[in-house]
Amino acid sequence: MKLSDIQSKVNATFFKEHQKKLYQSLEDKHTTIEEMDDGDPLNSKMILNMGPQHPATHGVIRLVLQLHGETIEKVKLDIGYLHRGVEKIAENKTYQEFMPYTDRMDYLSPYSNNVALCTAVEKIADVEVPERAHYIRMIGCELARISSHLLWLGTMVMDAGAVLVFIWTFKEREKIYDIMDRLAGHRFTVSHSRIGGVANDITDEAMGAIKEFAQTFPNELKDYHKLLDRNRLFFDRNEAVGVLKTEDALGIAAKGPVLRAAGYAYDIRKFAPYARYDEVEFGIPTRLEGDNLARYFVRMEEMSESIRIIRQCIDKLPKGPVRTDNAKQAYPSKDEVYYSMEGMIHDFMMTDTGICPPEGAESYHAVEAPKGELGYFIQSDGTGHPWRMKINAPSFSNLQVLENILDGEMVADTVVIIGGLDPVMGEADK
Amino acid sequence: MGVESALGEGYLTTRVDSLVNWARANAAWPMPMGLACCAIEMMAFAGPKYDAARFGSEVMRFSPRQSDVMIVAGWCTYKMSHAIRRIWDQMPDPKWCIAMGACASTGGMHRCYGVVQGVDNFLPVDTYISGCPPRPDAVLHALMKIQDKIKTEHSVMLDT
Amino acid sequence: MALELNESLQNTIDGLSETFTDKLIEVYQSTGDTFIRIESDALVDVCNYLKDEHHFVFLTDIAGTDRYTSDERFEVIYNLVCLKHQTRLMLKVRCEEEAPELMTVSTVWQAANWMEREVYDMFGVRFKEHPDLRRIFLPEDFDYFPLRKEFPLLGIQGSIELPNTTPDTD
Repeated sequence: MKLSDIQSKVNATFFKEHQKKLYQSLEDKHTTIEEMDDGDPLNSKMILNMGPQHPATHGVIRLVLQLHGETIEKVKLDIGYLHRGVEKIAENKTYQEFMPYTDRMDYLSPYSNNVALCTAVEKIADVEVPERAHYIRMIGCELARISSHLLWLGTMVMDAGAVLVFIWTFKEREKIYDIMDRLAGHRFTVSHSRIGGVANDITDEAMGAIKEFAQTFPNELKDYHKLLDRNRLFFDRNEAVGVLKTEDALGIAAKGPVLRAAGYAYDIRKFAPYARYDEVEFGIPTRLEGDNLARYFVRMEEMSESIRIIRQCIDKLPKGPVRTDNAKQAYPSKDEVYYSMEGMIHDFMMTDTGICPPEGAESYHAVEAPKGELGYFIQSDGTGHPWRMKINAPSFSNLQVLENILDGEMVADTVVIIGGLDPVMGEADK
Repeated sequence: MGVESALGEGYLTTRVDSLVNWARANAAWPMPMGLACCAIEMMAFAGPKYDAARFGSEVMRFSPRQSDVMIVAGWCTYKMSHAIRRIWDQMPDPKWCIAMGACASTGGMHRCYGVVQGVDNFLPVDTYISGCPPRPDAVLHALMKIQDKIKTEHSVMLDT
Repeated sequence: MALELNESLQNTIDGLSETFTDKLIEVYQSTGDTFIRIESDALVDVCNYLKDEHHFVFLTDIAGTDRYTSDERFEVIYNLVCLKHQTRLMLKVRCEEEAPELMTVSTVWQAANWMEREVYDMFGVRFKEHPDLRRIFLPEDFDYFPLRKEFPLLGIQGSIELPNTTPDTD
């Protein structure tokens, strides 16, 4: 059955142009190398739409799969179901006002997005951040990394069939939410980091909670290792599934754990260290196989490395202010705002105009978010609003990887592969 | 049921009503339309600490044909709105809708070209939850409000 | 041109200015990042040269910008990383407002596929010989290019449809 008559079968009731072009591009994919065979008596070729609403796609993503029986011949992705034009919004807000939008991009680890924006603006505007703020940011980022990887573990193993792991990891995530609650005032989308430092200092209560978490979490991690590390079922589902070959990985721009599981030890924390990552010791877990199992091991080891970093940060945490004192660059502390005239004026100016990087300055700064390299390319026109803020989202590149590694896999492995790549649609769709 | 045509809104129908409503309210299976960050709080709402199962919302049925309450969690873009509407149409009556979070209720902080400023532009919403994202306690509160709403419905009269 | 470059970047810039002397428009640094602007017709050649000779094998990002000037309105910035020498380089190309077109670099780095689709979707810059130039975030029925400066933040009424609310017509 020639699938060139798919257009006659598609009966779109909305966005007709869009559906037509999507199915046309699916048809055109790999046309030079595939053989169109006319005899298909069992009618085993079919086009399956894993639609935007699906229990196992992480967020709203649409895959159009051409199947031959159970094997996927080719796949096309349709993203943009969560596109809100965040870059356009950025051109209309001051840099500090944009902070909550960054939380909502990679919504599994909001702290690292905040730090990404802050460090990018601090680079372009040449702001000096006090030492204590650097260490607090590092603790927050590593907690966010653990939180994101826990959710990845829960959902990937739940999609593979073991629903219990989801409940276990959410129990741990609730502990991190409690820490974030004490530290930043909100469980989840924190916006704790500020340009020039952080919003407020760690209270003793929060510090106690973090220390306790750093004590007890490695035992929980051991439980997950005990369940999954030598589990025959888990291995059968994940070994040699969704293989990303080492020679392809760089060309297709895989980022983060996906790239590290394919053999390249590329981590922004070592490539271009920010926030005192050059003063703590940690390793970069790497694997060579590039399959789903390798990604699993890489992320589990990253969680242990994160605990190591948190312990070192707690030991090294210096005393001092948590935000820079410069009135043109950072918000004054609330004491000054409430009890002094200059403080109130500074607060007003920062909210109204905000920090103004020099005109014509452009800079790119990336952090190592749990999903990969999250970078901000900012072009400034001298006002408090950026002229252009381009967000380099790791999930966007990792989804492109998906289009390439799914060809040839079984359709039942799709959910496990998507789980292994761990995309977050909020940042992929910006 | 020909009984209510004979007795009208009398004692029998209100008794049957309370029974049916009690059954429906305590087994409101949600259909999570988890789009964005509120979906994570919705997962926490179904998780071990804020257990939704004790309210009857035991299973998150991802199939619209088997669910009662649709929880729209996250900002709805114009591109996604058609899919959401189609899923809403596939849900059988009686059905209710919860707009979770600021983005689903009014578009939230995303006042821009891609986001529908509130899902009530194309869906009949029963309960709005404010918050960005709302705590799972707030989602439980909304679920309880839906349960109260179900308990005051005239189910028998509506079903015929 | 007082640039503080490390050795390998200096090597790269020297090599570029030797091989492509007339195509290299300017080289400058801003907040520590190195930017190179080249002519748009030399794009694929420069990219191949950088990838083969100077090991810039990793294309991290392609960003589009609307300069809002009357000539050479759009600018496309390629973010390249060399893992061997641990350096980053930004390559810039400009194109006109009337029918903006550039050659695709997806033959050099396969990653450019979706990134160029994003630039097309947001700005309308077409890429010649791109394997699959479609919109990526917005549906094809949408007629505008949102990140251009004249597009209003709140969108244009009626440019994108909402679903029918009466199920009978569906």
